[in-house]
Amino acid sequence: MTVTGDFPTTQGTSADAASRRRLLDQDWQKLVRAGGILALGQVFIALSGMPVNFDRRLLIDPILSLGYLSLIWLPLVVSYWVGREQVLEGMTAYARGGRDVLAGAIAGALGNAGLTLLVVGITHFDIRDPLVNWSPQLLAILHFEESVWLGAVIWPVIGAATGALGGGMHCASTRITRTAVIAGLTVFGAAVLESVITDLSQGFHIEAVSDWLYGPKRGLTYPAAIVVAVAAIAVMAGIWAYRDSAMRAGLVGSRQSPAAPGESDRSRTVWRRFISRRLLGYALVIAAVVVLPLFLGRLTNELLANVGLFILLALGLNIIVGLAGILDLGYVAFFAVGGYSVAVLTSPGSPRFSPEMPWFGALFIAMLLAGLVGLFIGAPVIRMRGDYLAVVTLGFGEIIRILLLSDWLSGTFNGAQGITNIPGVEVFGLATVRGFEPRSVLYLVLFFCAIAIYVSWRLENSRIGRAWMAVREDETVAEVMGVDTVSAKLMAFVTGAVLGSFSGAILSAKVGSVFPHSFAIIVSIVILVVVIFGGMGNIPGVIAGAVVLIGVLGGPNQPGLLQEFAEYKILIYGALLVWMMLQRSEGLIPSVRRAQELHIDEMNQDAWLRAQAEADDATGGGGGNSSVGEQP
Amino acid sequence: MQLTTKQRTRVDWFLTFLRIAALALIGAGLLAFIAQAIDANNPFARWANPDALSLTGKQFRDLVVAGLAQGAMYGLIALGYSMVYGVLGFINFAHGEVFMIGAVTGAVTSSKLAEAGAWESNFVLCLLLVVFLSMVVCTVTAVIMERVAYRPLRGKPRLIPLITSIGVSFFLQNFILVLLGPGTKSYAKMPDWLTEKRTFLEIQGTRILVLAVAAVAMVGLWYLVERTKTGKAMRAVAEDAEIASLMGIDVNRIIVKTFAVGGAMAGVAGILWGLLFNSVLHTAGFLPGIKAFSAAVVGGIGNIGGSMAGGLTIGVAESLGPLMILEPLGVSGPSQLRDAVAFAVLIIVLLVRPSGIFGERLPSEERT
Amino acid sequence: MSSVPMLEITGLHVVFGGLHAINDLDFTVDEGEIVAVIGPNGAGKTTFFNAISGMVKPTEGQIAFEGRSLLGLDPNKITSRGIARTFQNVRLFANMTVLENVMVSQHCRTGQRMVDALLQTRRFRTEEEQVRARGKEVLGFFGTRLTGYRFDQPASVLSYANRRRLEIARAMATSPKLILLDEPVAGMNPVESAELTGLIGKLRDEMGYTIVLIEHDMSVVRDISDRVVVLDHGEAIARGTYAEVSANPQVIEAYLGQSAKGS
Repeated sequence: MTVTGDFPTTQGTSADAASRRRLLDQDWQKLVRAGGILALGQVFIALSGMPVNFDRRLLIDPILSLGYLSLIWLPLVVSYWVGREQVLEGMTAYARGGRDVLAGAIAGALGNAGLTLLVVGITHFDIRDPLVNWSPQLLAILHFEESVWLGAVIWPVIGAATGALGGGMHCASTRITRTAVIAGLTVFGAAVLESVITDLSQGFHIEAVSDWLYGPKRGLTYPAAIVVAVAAIAVMAGIWAYRDSAMRAGLVGSRQSPAAPGESDRSRTVWRRFISRRLLGYALVIAAVVVLPLFLGRLTNELLANVGLFILLALGLNIIVGLAGILDLGYVAFFAVGGYSVAVLTSPGSPRFSPEMPWFGALFIAMLLAGLVGLFIGAPVIRMRGDYLAVVTLGFGEIIRILLLSDWLSGTFNGAQGITNIPGVEVFGLATVRGFEPRSVLYLVLFFCAIAIYVSWRLENSRIGRAWMAVREDETVAEVMGVDTVSAKLMAFVTGAVLGSFSGAILSAKVGSVFPHSFAIIVSIVILVVVIFGGMGNIPGVIAGAVVLIGVLGGPNQPGLLQEFAEYKILIYGALLVWMMLQRSEGLIPSVRRAQELHIDEMNQDAWLRAQAEADDATGGGGGNSSVGEQP
Repeated sequence: MQLTTKQRTRVDWFLTFLRIAALALIGAGLLAFIAQAIDANNPFARWANPDALSLTGKQFRDLVVAGLAQGAMYGLIALGYSMVYGVLGFINFAHGEVFMIGAVTGAVTSSKLAEAGAWESNFVLCLLLVVFLSMVVCTVTAVIMERVAYRPLRGKPRLIPLITSIGVSFFLQNFILVLLGPGTKSYAKMPDWLTEKRTFLEIQGTRILVLAVAAVAMVGLWYLVERTKTGKAMRAVAEDAEIASLMGIDVNRIIVKTFAVGGAMAGVAGILWGLLFNSVLHTAGFLPGIKAFSAAVVGGIGNIGGSMAGGLTIGVAESLGPLMILEPLGVSGPSQLRDAVAFAVLIIVLLVRPSGIFGERLPSEERT
Repeated sequence: MSSVPMLEITGLHVVFGGLHAINDLDFTVDEGEIVAVIGPNGAGKTTFFNAISGMVKPTEGQIAFEGRSLLGLDPNKITSRGIARTFQNVRLFANMTVLENVMVSQHCRTGQRMVDALLQTRRFRTEEEQVRARGKEVLGFFGTRLTGYRFDQPASVLSYANRRRLEIARAMATSPKLILLDEPVAGMNPVESAELTGLIGKLRDEMGYTIVLIEHDMSVVRDISDRVVVLDHGEAIARGTYAEVSANPQVIEAYLGQSAKGS
């Protein structure tokens, strides 16, 4: 609905002098409100301790640390948000210019005045008692270890500068701003991925690259940052150029395309090209995923193994939440069942019952048990209202954790001490997967991820998958259309449970021990965030969501790339969940289906209209009117 | 409503089995408890759990009072769930965190007051001040929460605001964690005359105080909802928001007020937590929140009196349940399972009587 | 077979709280008929459909389809017996494609298991092919409106008239014997409505479905119905052909209110 700058019509109006507003013709109320919100946000960030805790982590070697970045990004975002205007049809589209830059600068300066107050406050009062980060260290960072006056003055100036930048993003064309944002994110990404890239370059014996990229304190060096940014801009420019030429070719092509009879053939060839390109892409990704671990070091393999565990969990939950639309908040229960059954069955340290089975045998039993638990939890909740179901499944998840922790069952599960000494995985005498060899764990995880992806993909395009989606869309109607909704939902529970148990089984072999606290509610919530972030019901999206979130921030008990974020990750997950739901409920990556629809729509609009006209001619004059109401 | 016999599926049979099993377990536990109370050596009691110790009358009464005091706290929190569910039709998961923020506010202000020396000398006045401050902070939190996270989602399918509220919940929890640090926040020491066991039935003074505060808050709320114009408007919006707006009621304002009132009640409940447990952690809101939601469901969601009754039920059940049902059946360390008992109560109530014990009051389109 | 009516409803009562939505209704449909149910708003027409399709449990009475009782059956079982319906306020599976909408409603006519889908058995592949082909066939009933590239569009992007058509297609895909159409032409313009009326006739004449429809548009009722039943306050106040019913003073009163009595 928002018509942004790259629409030719809005650019056309810039010549219109009447639509240009004067510099001081501002929406002051809005600016003050934005400034106030920004000030609160900045003060919160400062007092949350991020600037102090992240100060050691350099992003660009002498200039920017993660700590200062945490104080700079918000003014940029808020001032961009202030300048956003919805231009609907029939409204005047104003030309963007100095006014927007000024608006951003004002909002940024007002907001960062909050930090000025904080600087003054910290020097004069001591309320460190409730606020743990009201500290001299914070003050030192805020005034750059110079005088208080500098600190008080410089923040509004920084705010005005970043705000002007944020507001100015509306002036440039969408392409320029998008390229700038992507360049910025690439530099940030390169800095964050420092350990992975160093690891990779060691694996390929090109240490020179990482040595040149990163300084001694883990940040990108000054020139390296510039090179990375320039490279990103070059790639973006290339993409824009390619799209332009493709679009021109596409337009010409559709004009020359034969009339209605060829329409379906055409769409089929488009399809074939589309599909084969995708298949090629998949093949490349698979090859990379199989080969890459060989060149990666311990840390990165470990990280990827954790990511893989969450991909498994997220794919399982995706079947329950994303496909069948059942909000299960106790998904961790199945993770726990998988983990504990393998632990009990394989570990010699299991207190009561210790058959010391091989891992694959234990896995089989774990799957059966998880399926049974899925049925047991699923059956009572299946007829409940969706929101009650959410709380009750959460309750079941907690009950299972409490029982594992209890003295009552400690004879079997060993209570809070957990079960240790879980042996590794013997892969049919070929190899042994053990926790201290992350690469072997990663391959095991990848193998099960492949199974989970295959299962999700196959089921999605089958009778049961369609039934799940129908239940998600409208349960009553699904029932009336002949779908046995109760058994469809139970199947979703059981399938999700079995996939979740894989992850638990691998976890216990990987870590070598299981403890009840690994299966807290927060695990369920993080998996839910991953599924929602990736896009519910969308397999590639869910995988991407897990890679980004778990890879960067880490899981509830697993560190990610930004280990400094450990304390803050649940805060961020919570905020992210709220933001996702407010902004777009369908997740970051649009579902493949939606993308295809856009594609095909562009291609076929003309051909379709022509076909309609012909059909109308054939049926006679009367039909001509009937198509009027139905143009999409 | 149905005269016709419904064809039973396997799931129905399983549910019936679960219902009977749950009730049978409770029955068996209670029977064993009674048997043990009569004579620890009678054969049934010995068969169920040879080591069980029956409760003395005094222990029993203490447990009931402790349960009631906690239950009153759950009831006050449950009001917030119940009212929001009544008006907007979704579970505000983050309400438990509002309660936690109230408890933390109480801890901070009470320790500051104690530092200034006012807590000891002027306890009642200080307590009133602390309660008032906590109510204000919680009201503001609840209103901001509504404005930022829930208002933009008005009219979306109800799972969307529910998921949002989970996000809000974890955000608020960690908001407090990063601002105030991970340590426990202690309340100032209660005066001796309050904590020592009084001659009156030998009940701890703090528990009497908790029950009294909860009763006052309930009466205030009852007056607000049943006797004032705002309350009438709230009930109208809960019945049918669209028609209420046609009758000239500002629905947005009423929704904000509902959140505000729920927040204020959570603020009071937060102080009650402080009185009962003397310290608070950033995670303190989650479990009481879920239990309070269970209380709201048990009492019949949307039903204000029911919430309080449900709270008391849950409180007493989790206090007595482990010792009266689980221990007689031979479960060792039953007190560790009290949270599990609270969840089990929720599940059993939803299995046996999904509309709660006192009947739910929902907007007309939510009823099925 | 001919002696037993296809659908036979006797003494049906549906009570919500104090409201008698359906009051002692008798109703029969013979195979191959098109029966229209008309009546003013709130007369209980949709509740009547809900009772047949199992979404509402009757308080009293008997509903028999082909001589066997439908009472106590879940809606999906009723659908697999051969009754399909559409909804007054179009309720498609909005985020599923057009083709998926008609594929999912063949659920009760197919029998593949999850294992088949996972192992891609021959049975799975042939059945998927059949389901897909049948879906396309059903959509083809509406000419080119729901075919071609429309197959892969989400139902949510369809025009209003096409959504109504897709609802009918979805009902057809369940391979029913009896189709209940709830206001099939509501919201359509006269041309579209005339076209759909013709198609409803074809549904009976060419596809062999028996049809019960609720409709407010009297021209549609006049054009295609063999019989008309008028409901008011949950009771059948008149039955007969369109001509008979439209002349009935009670019907005129129900539609026009008290004022008709005086004139």
